[in-house]
Amino acid sequence: MASGVETVLIAMLGGAIRVSTPYLFVALGETITEKSGRINLGLEGNLVLGAMVAYATSFHSGLPWLGVLAAFGSGLVLGLIHGAVCSLPKVNDIAVGIAMMTFGIGIAFFLGKPYIQPQAPRLEGLPLGNWATNPALKQALLINPLFFLGIAIAVVLWWAFANTRPGLILRTTGDSEASARALGVNPIKVRILATVLGGGLAGVGGAFLSLSYPGSWNEGLSSGQGLMAVALVIFARWHPLRCVVAALLFGAAGALGPALQSVGISQGYYFFNAAPYILTLFIMIASARSGATQHQAPGELSIVK
Amino acid sequence: MPNFDFKRRDFLRTGAAGLAAGALPLSLAKQAKAAGDLTIGVIYVGPKDDFGWNQAHAVAMDILKGVEGVTVVEEESVPETDACAKSMESMINLDGAGLILGTSFGYYIPFMQDLAAKYPEVVFRHAAPLWSDADPANAGSYFCYLNQAHYVDGVAAGLSSPTGKIGFVAAKPIPSVLSNINSVLLGARSVNPDATVQVIFTGDWSMPVREAEAANALVDAGCDVLTCHVDGPKVVIETAEARGVKSCGHNASQAPLAPNGFITGAEYKWETIYKMYADMLATGEPLPNIVVGGYHNDMVQNTTYGAGATPEAIAAADAAIAALKAGEPIFTGTLKDNLGNVVIDKAYDNYDPHLDGMDYLLEGVIGSIT
Repeated sequence: MASGVETVLIAMLGGAIRVSTPYLFVALGETITEKSGRINLGLEGNLVLGAMVAYATSFHSGLPWLGVLAAFGSGLVLGLIHGAVCSLPKVNDIAVGIAMMTFGIGIAFFLGKPYIQPQAPRLEGLPLGNWATNPALKQALLINPLFFLGIAIAVVLWWAFANTRPGLILRTTGDSEASARALGVNPIKVRILATVLGGGLAGVGGAFLSLSYPGSWNEGLSSGQGLMAVALVIFARWHPLRCVVAALLFGAAGALGPALQSVGISQGYYFFNAAPYILTLFIMIASARSGATQHQAPGELSIVK
Repeated sequence: MPNFDFKRRDFLRTGAAGLAAGALPLSLAKQAKAAGDLTIGVIYVGPKDDFGWNQAHAVAMDILKGVEGVTVVEEESVPETDACAKSMESMINLDGAGLILGTSFGYYIPFMQDLAAKYPEVVFRHAAPLWSDADPANAGSYFCYLNQAHYVDGVAAGLSSPTGKIGFVAAKPIPSVLSNINSVLLGARSVNPDATVQVIFTGDWSMPVREAEAANALVDAGCDVLTCHVDGPKVVIETAEARGVKSCGHNASQAPLAPNGFITGAEYKWETIYKMYADMLATGEPLPNIVVGGYHNDMVQNTTYGAGATPEAIAAADAAIAALKAGEPIFTGTLKDNLGNVVIDKAYDNYDPHLDGMDYLLEGVIGSIT
């Protein structure tokens, strides 16, 4: 049974690394947007469109990294639409987010039909596990560079929020629009920029889905990961480093169901497959109860106000 | 209703014969078309081009589209919920569909059953062997017994796998999926008595990330051939190829996805059934309530062998196909399920209704359906 435990742990480690990256990018993007005082619920649309655009670009150009760039671009565009529309007076950002989600998914499905069958070049992983004798561990440590890019972005954001002028402007805008105006900052401009950048990061998360893991484009690809990632941001209390932890936790939870079945614990797999969702629920309950959440939430968020 | 139209039109035309002389051939042609008009409503559970189950149906549907006077209306990504009943009703009421083809397992009970009772003048056909005499006479089933092709997969996999450990990524534990899993096992065991099949259920027809996780977990557990029963097998086959293990396809040909490891695959030939329907519709014959088939009547096939198939595997698989065409049974002898209960006590014909209700995994399958 010891080997069974080992198998599950290795699978969860591998799952944490393989599955977490899209969560991470979407969560970081949403963190930037929410820090500015706006919520973009539409990042699921950016994720799906990013996945499709990345796959199509990689297929036509043969360059998967160009696909990542294109996905980033498509995310920027969707973010720009959301940011601009929400800057009109009396527009509800949550409603626009849901509309943008449907729009992004719809356009991805519409344009993505011809790319379901062809095979596009995928992003290569870095073989960091060549020292390992256990083939499962070796596979778990075949890590995509985007994973490290995501962590690097998280560290940079964490530093920049606290230590740079743009970080300060962003936080001020998110906490108190009046203070931002007093500082001579145009809150609408800041929010549009934050939404655009957040949208772009979510697009990169989509590129990971279609070009790395599972590494193919089809319409069931995301199955709501973009929505879950938005929930993760609240769990992470708008902190980029906690976003990394939250994303890893979700990835590991997602790997639990298949891994347990592979070692013979196959009773109740529906329950284990639901692990990430159950986790979300508990996280939401736990974080909603903590006073710290209210404390750390950007003051201008429409759900907090 | 159409008759009334014709009479009225005829009456008007007689009255205005002189004026309408030039237009007459055209309206006659229209009339002839109207008399044989049939609108067929088709619903799919996923996208029509999913490289799998739905695509296999959608491609074969072209045959029906080619029939004179037949219009096909299609809706894709219809979930197996109340939504499918709404889609079907709108096809009946708004598009005037006279024949509904429901291509996913969960559409039938209770949705198509209920609608068949509600709309006795509309014909319903469903792609799973679920119709029984107790159901409305205007409902019916058609099904290709793909488990026969999966049995051949099992034979080829059993002789192509160095360890005899086959991994199976499955969507839901419904009878046709379980039958495919058990058939892979029996095929593999027919050539390698120690072969096992390890199954992981993902819980739904299209869950790409979980399918990839399941495929990786099976390879990590030591399986060296992967196969699957999910709507779009692309992810499983590509993951197997990336991990350097062999694979068997499902639904449609996935051979190009795995140039090194592809053995063979189980493919439907829905076109055989739809061709039959098309011929019957063209001659105005009523459709039979049940059409089932497999190798003996050209309703399933195996994908051309890939690089992963060893010469012995190819020979044995070809022999298995010949045997199936001759009607040799797959489920035979005394077989136990993997909980120790005897579930097969004699040789059952490959189309025996006893097998349609399969709710067990045979001994040798590692996994559980609850």
